[in-house]
Amino acid sequence: MRTMAIVRRVFKQMLRDKRTLALMFLAPLLIMTLMYFLFQNNTTQVASLGVHHVDQSVVNVIDTKNVTIHHYDSSQARKMIKQHDLDGYLTQKNGQLMITYSNSNPTNTSLIKASLQSGLVKLKMKTLVTVTKKQRAALESQQAALKKLTAAQTQATVTKLKTAIAQAQARGDQATAEKLQKQLKQATATTSSSTQSAKATSYTTKSHYIYGSSDSTFFESFLPAFLGFFVFFFVFLISGVSLLNERTTGTLSRLLATPIRRSEIIMGYLIGYGGFAIIQTVLTVVFTITVFKIHLVGSIWLVFLTNLLLALVALTLGIFISTFANSEFQMIQFIPLIVVPQIFFAGLVPVDGMASWLQAIAHIMPLYYGANAMTAVVTKGAGLGDIGVNLLILVGFMVVLTMLNIVGMKRYRKV
Amino acid sequence: MATDYVIAKQVSKHFGHQQVLNQIDLTLPAGMIYGLIGPSGAGKTTLIKSILGMEAVDSGTVKVMDTVMPNRAVMAQVGYMAQSDALYETLTARENLTLFGQLMSVPKIKLAQMIDYAAGLVDLTSQLDKRVSGYSGGMKRRLSLAIALIQDPQLLILDEPTVGIDPELRQQIWTELNKLKDTGKSMLVTTHVMDEAERCDYLMLIRHGIALAEGTPAALKQQYAVDTIEQVFLKAGRMQDANDGNR
Ligand SMILES: Nc1ncnc2c1ncn2[C@@H]1O[C@H](COP(=O)(O)OP(=O)(O)OP(=O)(O)O)[C@@H](O)[C@H]1O
Ligand SMILES: [Mg+2]
Repeated sequence: MRTMAIVRRVFKQMLRDKRTLALMFLAPLLIMTLMYFLFQNNTTQVASLGVHHVDQSVVNVIDTKNVTIHHYDSSQARKMIKQHDLDGYLTQKNGQLMITYSNSNPTNTSLIKASLQSGLVKLKMKTLVTVTKKQRAALESQQAALKKLTAAQTQATVTKLKTAIAQAQARGDQATAEKLQKQLKQATATTSSSTQSAKATSYTTKSHYIYGSSDSTFFESFLPAFLGFFVFFFVFLISGVSLLNERTTGTLSRLLATPIRRSEIIMGYLIGYGGFAIIQTVLTVVFTITVFKIHLVGSIWLVFLTNLLLALVALTLGIFISTFANSEFQMIQFIPLIVVPQIFFAGLVPVDGMASWLQAIAHIMPLYYGANAMTAVVTKGAGLGDIGVNLLILVGFMVVLTMLNIVGMKRYRKV
Repeated sequence: MATDYVIAKQVSKHFGHQQVLNQIDLTLPAGMIYGLIGPSGAGKTTLIKSILGMEAVDSGTVKVMDTVMPNRAVMAQVGYMAQSDALYETLTARENLTLFGQLMSVPKIKLAQMIDYAAGLVDLTSQLDKRVSGYSGGMKRRLSLAIALIQDPQLLILDEPTVGIDPELRQQIWTELNKLKDTGKSMLVTTHVMDEAERCDYLMLIRHGIALAEGTPAALKQQYAVDTIEQVFLKAGRMQDANDGNR
């Protein structure tokens, strides 16, 4: 009853604060859209490579759509790169290729690197193929000679056996004749099997993707982590600031001068702001799936559930942190301290590869569990059983923080 | 049933090195307007918060309605008006009143009637559906008073209720407070306005956390041999300073 009075109040206040509503519902969509376009077109980047005295066959294979080739007459790579604003310079001394990178733009460096590498592999393959072709021709002529030989041999055996059979039959030795007949059959059989010679097998690659598709981008693989992060960030901020306001304007202690339980206030906040968090989650998830055509492997309900739990943790954390702030400005100061580091442990950098003390930090970050679960559901189709532990840990965070919040309000009233 | 609504015994409280309340005794029987006066920073607000259980005391006990404070259930029988307005500015006055009415467990059918009564008392009936952010300082003060009255409590604890309220409305409010008193309700009121102090049935003068003097206004004037409470205030203060100087 009293809890619902708080919930109604939270709803009314939020609905009247159009700016905050817009921040909560539209800002995540805006940022996601921006990210979508930022990470989409990373293949159109072109690096410029200067070449000097390099075999045409090499140049041909390096010349891809990501690298443009310019021919120069100087072997001074450093000078030429500076003069012509190139990303790399390739020279050749006998069989030795020398590449110099400007490396002012690491992306272009890696473009050239990749082009060079794949080009050289292609080149190697080509020579390998010509060699193999020659080998095959030799092999085939050998085989033909061999075949002739075996055929002649078989012929000889067959005639020999046939005469032996005739002799045996003439002698009336039925048993020997049958045995020889069997041998004859075997001899003719071997000739036919040896004709199945090795046909030239040309390998083609067909790629299959277990998760996502060939046009999976950076955006798509990290989307679940970002989805979790945005919900976390905005809910943290809004709930934290609103409780802070309640504290600084004195309404919190005024509330505590009524018979309301401390837990009823916290529950009212959880339900009230939790409601908005649900709307935000649904809006963001549905938007990304329909507009960006994200390939969602797992259940959308699990995505909602994970996001909601994450939002509730953010809510309780925001309320908790707000007790250490005395103004909105101080609340903002906690964002780089508490919220931003979480994104590093959300899966953008693989946690398994981190130093052990960093891994320990990861395990106290709610977003680590939330984003992991989200990524597993979205990209691998993980079920409730797979992410259950993560969800339970999130519930644990929420319960502990809620308890702390309820105890923390003892500052204003002892009961 | 003439019980004492508030019994505070030997209440002491300090903030840091400052002794804000020093062994204060206070008894508020039913049907009385009890005034707390004293200079700014004397400890009046702290005493009120200690009585409500919102401030932890170092020593001493507080009982409200025969219940040791802090106690949640008793809060429903106490109407409290804080010194600084604590209102939800984005809500209308009616919504503020409704919220606190619900928190105070006012029955649904009675709530609308109580809102009308409380708003009428502070002359806000025509402004009820205006958002509090558009209220003037005095209007906010009146709304705070209306909130304190919303559940028709037996005990009212009002911390400077008439600051920023015009003389005419102040008269009206005091008349109403007296009416409430006649129905057996009690009020604990702090004030810096001496003519309001004269209207109280009983006064306590607090200075530096010490209860310097207490009694009915007439008795105090007699005790200090002066004509007005203001002179009591000043004379008692001077005497305290002189005593402190002697020590
Ligand atoms: N939270 C606090 N922390 C530290 N000191 C405090 C705190 N609250 C009050 N005080 C100190 O206690 C003393 C008494 O304060 P209190 O608010 O009770 O005064 P008051 O009598 O209500 O004054 P006024 O008439 O100005 O309202 C003041 O000196 C104040 O500085
Ligand atoms: Mg005060």
